[in-house]
Amino acid sequence: MFDFMSFIPRAVMQSIPLLYGSTGETITEKAGHLNLGIPGIMYVGGISGVIGAFLYEQTLRAGAPVNGFLVIFIPLISCLLGSLLMGLIYSLLTITFRSNQNVTGLAMTTFGVGFGNFFGGSLIKLTGSDVPSIALSTTSLYFSKKLPFADKLGWFGQIFLSYSFLAYVAIILAFVTAFVIRKTRIGLNLRAVGENPATADAAGINVNRYKYTATLLGSMIAGLGGLYYVMDYACGVWSNDAFGDRGWLAIALVIFTVWRPDISVFASILFGGLYILYLFIPTGMNLSVKELYKMLPYVVTLVVLIISSMKKKRENQPPQGLGVPYFREER
Amino acid sequence: MTKEHVPLLHIVKRKSLKWYQAWGVRAAAIVLALIVDAILTTILTGLNPLEVYATIIRGAFGTTRKFWVLMQHIAILLCVSIAVTPAYKMRFWNVGGEGQILVGALATAACMILLGNKLPNAVLIPVMTISAIVAGGIWGLIPAFFKAKWNTNETLFTLMMNYVATQLVAYFVIVWEVPKGAGQIGIINQSTESGWFPMIAGNRYLLNVLIVLTLTVLVFIYLRYSKHGYEISVVGESERTARYVGIKVENVIMRTMFLSGALCGIAGLLLVAGTNHTVTTSISGGRGFTAVMVAWLAKFNPLLMILTSFLIVLMERGAGEISTKFGLNASYADIITGIILFFIIACEFFVNYHLVFRKKGA
Repeated sequence: MFDFMSFIPRAVMQSIPLLYGSTGETITEKAGHLNLGIPGIMYVGGISGVIGAFLYEQTLRAGAPVNGFLVIFIPLISCLLGSLLMGLIYSLLTITFRSNQNVTGLAMTTFGVGFGNFFGGSLIKLTGSDVPSIALSTTSLYFSKKLPFADKLGWFGQIFLSYSFLAYVAIILAFVTAFVIRKTRIGLNLRAVGENPATADAAGINVNRYKYTATLLGSMIAGLGGLYYVMDYACGVWSNDAFGDRGWLAIALVIFTVWRPDISVFASILFGGLYILYLFIPTGMNLSVKELYKMLPYVVTLVVLIISSMKKKRENQPPQGLGVPYFREER
Repeated sequence: MTKEHVPLLHIVKRKSLKWYQAWGVRAAAIVLALIVDAILTTILTGLNPLEVYATIIRGAFGTTRKFWVLMQHIAILLCVSIAVTPAYKMRFWNVGGEGQILVGALATAACMILLGNKLPNAVLIPVMTISAIVAGGIWGLIPAFFKAKWNTNETLFTLMMNYVATQLVAYFVIVWEVPKGAGQIGIINQSTESGWFPMIAGNRYLLNVLIVLTLTVLVFIYLRYSKHGYEISVVGESERTARYVGIKVENVIMRTMFLSGALCGIAGLLLVAGTNHTVTTSISGGRGFTAVMVAWLAKFNPLLMILTSFLIVLMERGAGEISTKFGLNASYADIITGIILFFIIACEFFVNYHLVFRKKGA
């Protein structure tokens, strides 16, 4: 019997980093920027949170009492700052300097993943502390607090209420983003910038301001995915490369959901489920087949990519100006 | 009426920069990046900046062995860089080099495992070469087919193909693992060296280097002097022009991507048969992505890529030396390389544009 009661909560927990990443990337892509640096930014978001929490927990070891506000606030702010800085590098290079977005994005990912692994591996040595590994149990305890009444409501509580606050923030953010993009004036302007910046410019929209805001906001949201992963999913333990290819999966998710974060809420759970499906399918002694199951999220994305390009439905296409730098004097 | 607003500075596109001025700007960017890297290293390790450079050079050239490892790394990175180049000249964003290397490596390993010790090397190595080329080529052809037929976004397609390839390798690693349960294949045909590239003058890596150098020159000639190369440039500049002059754009896309994938496949071959003699999911080590940057830095000129891949590998190996010496994490190399890349990417702006400041009194 397939164990849904433990499968669904785990799929949801897998989905949250993907959801953050894809919401961030959708906002960025709507402004016409394909940010392939998202995987790197998520690493930086994660490690920045870890650095903040680590330094705070060092003061706790010295005997200071735990402050419930600071223990959440410090990692959160460091995570946002770290990903904001990454977003700034990307925006400066691609928006102001009009560099090639693919090259810049890939460089960001090289740098970001390296940054994460470097500080993950060297933080203890650099700060000269005497702990054996980075295990932020106190911080993680606060970050992974479930809703208070989750345990009393049986299966309902377990499936819908057993997550930490960052998970609900992710879902709310996705719905809000979808609403803003589709239903508001700001969203309309943003889409105009992504589809055809020259037209948007002519209509009096400040193209660069929209591009900067969208890219920076997108980076910060994506960074939170890294933070959620370390603090909640991984219980505050940073291990190098553990975050894996979730960043790329988040980019895949953007295509899969045809640039709609509200669909992404459900699609990310589907992806999260596919990502861990191999753990739940009984394959007996044949371990190799599990590796083929791990292929599923990518194959499904490919199929969606192909079908949506075949159908050519206009609302399901990538923004037309995606990947093309905009220079006003060049028309 | 209020006074007309004049911005403090605005950006103007340059007519053109003389080649030596353009390369001067790029050289300055690299020097700046090296200074920033040295300062960072000094902060983290307490070395004096000159000692940082000395350590990098020692890490790269220190011993004969280190020198050949450096050459080997340059050769593989160069091979992947020239592989992605034809596609980029056509403005086809192939970020699937990683996957194409992996399937090439997998095909090579499959031949070595299944046919090794049954065929003599004189037959086996050509068979391995052909299967690596075909495997890589097909992996490149699949996204090209959909791009040509339905204009499917190639960046995202090739990206996804990487992970399909990774899992395919992971699957076969477990199928062929030695011993059962080890989770890795181990050195293939260690005792017989069946399917291993022969050593030249007692050197394990020289053959790889020679093969890649030959390929680099061939790709340079292909792109610059052949009809195919011309067609690639036209499609890259403007698809409409290409159609207008009667170039079959679909065929050019598919042909070029097969070539691109096949060359990545060869990189996989060199990695398995010439260097590692085994296959793992991480055998390509991100070169499919690094190569994009190497090719772009060299303005898609295969001969210049010898220089750019040298620069990247030198910094990686050098930073590796620093991190081992000071007990830092090996990912330090990625940070160092990342900073250099940011500087070079940014400097292209100053090659193509210049800033005009507001005149006094305006």
